[in-house]
Amino acid sequence: MAVKDVTKDAQNLTMTFVAEFDAGVERVWQVWEDPRQLERWWGPPTWPATFERHEFEVGGQVRYYMTGPEGEKAHGWWTIVAIDAPRRLEFDDGFADQKGEPVDSMEPTRTVVTLEPAGSGTRMTTLTRFVSVEQLDKMSEMGMEEGMRLAMGQIDAILAGTPAR
Amino acid sequence: MYNHMVVDQRGEVDVDRVFRALADATRRDILTRVIRAGESVSGLARHYPMSFAAVQKHVAVLEQAALVTKEKRGREQIVHGDVTVLRTAMRLLDRYEQIWRDRAGRIDQILRED
Repeated sequence: MAVKDVTKDAQNLTMTFVAEFDAGVERVWQVWEDPRQLERWWGPPTWPATFERHEFEVGGQVRYYMTGPEGEKAHGWWTIVAIDAPRRLEFDDGFADQKGEPVDSMEPTRTVVTLEPAGSGTRMTTLTRFVSVEQLDKMSEMGMEEGMRLAMGQIDAILAGTPAR
Repeated sequence: MYNHMVVDQRGEVDVDRVFRALADATRRDILTRVIRAGESVSGLARHYPMSFAAVQKHVAVLEQAALVTKEKRGREQIVHGDVTVLRTAMRLLDRYEQIWRDRAGRIDQILRED
C-alpha cells in the first residue's frame, strides 16, 4: 500500500486522499461492499465500527455505530447517492442519534470514492467535502481521541504489569 | 448547538458566517488579495466590475465572518486578511488526513490476508 497524494483545500473545505493497493479493483471494491470487511477498517481499533444496515444501491441506507473503550456508542448513517460497481461510489455521511436516526440539524459530508486500475493494483481516491469547519472538527474528534486513548491504554497496561500490545 | 467554535484566543467565530462568506467567488478573491497585503476598499473596488458599494458589502460580509479586519488610515479603510480561521481549517484537515492514512493501512491488512 502506498499513499500517493493528499490534497487539502482549507477554503473549499475538501480533502482528496489517494492510495494504491496491491489488489485488483473488484477485490478492493469488496472492502466497501461487504459490511463485515468494511467494519474492520472504517473505525480505528479503539473505536471499531459495526454496520447494522448496508443497502448498497442508489438511495440505499446504511446505519453504523462506533463503540468507544467505555462501551459508549456514536451512531452514523450513509445514504448512497450514486453507485457504479466496482468503480465508483458516492454517499452522504452524517451523525445519527442514539436510535440511529439522522440528526436533522447537522449537515452530512459528501464523499466520492473512485477505484481505478494502477498497474496490477488499484488506485483508490476519496474526495470528501465538508460544509463547515465545525463539522470537520466533529468528524476528526474520534481520530484524535483514539490516539490519546491508545496511549493511555498502553500506559495502564504497563502500570498493571501486563505487556502492552 | 454547534454553531460556534473557539478559534485560538480570538474568541468565538460563527462558522455559518464563515461558510457563507467563502461561498462567493468575489469574496474569495478579495480575501486572497488582502491576505497577501492590506488594501483600501477603493483600491479593491478597481479590480471588480461592480460598484464601490457592492465591494463594500462584500468586505462587510468578510468582516462579519472575522476573515478580515478594517483599519482606518486617514480617509481610507484598509482591509487586512486574517488567516486564523483558514489555519484552523487546515489543522483539522491534517487530522482528517491521518484518519484516512490509518484506514488505508487497515484496508491493506485485510487485502494481505487473501
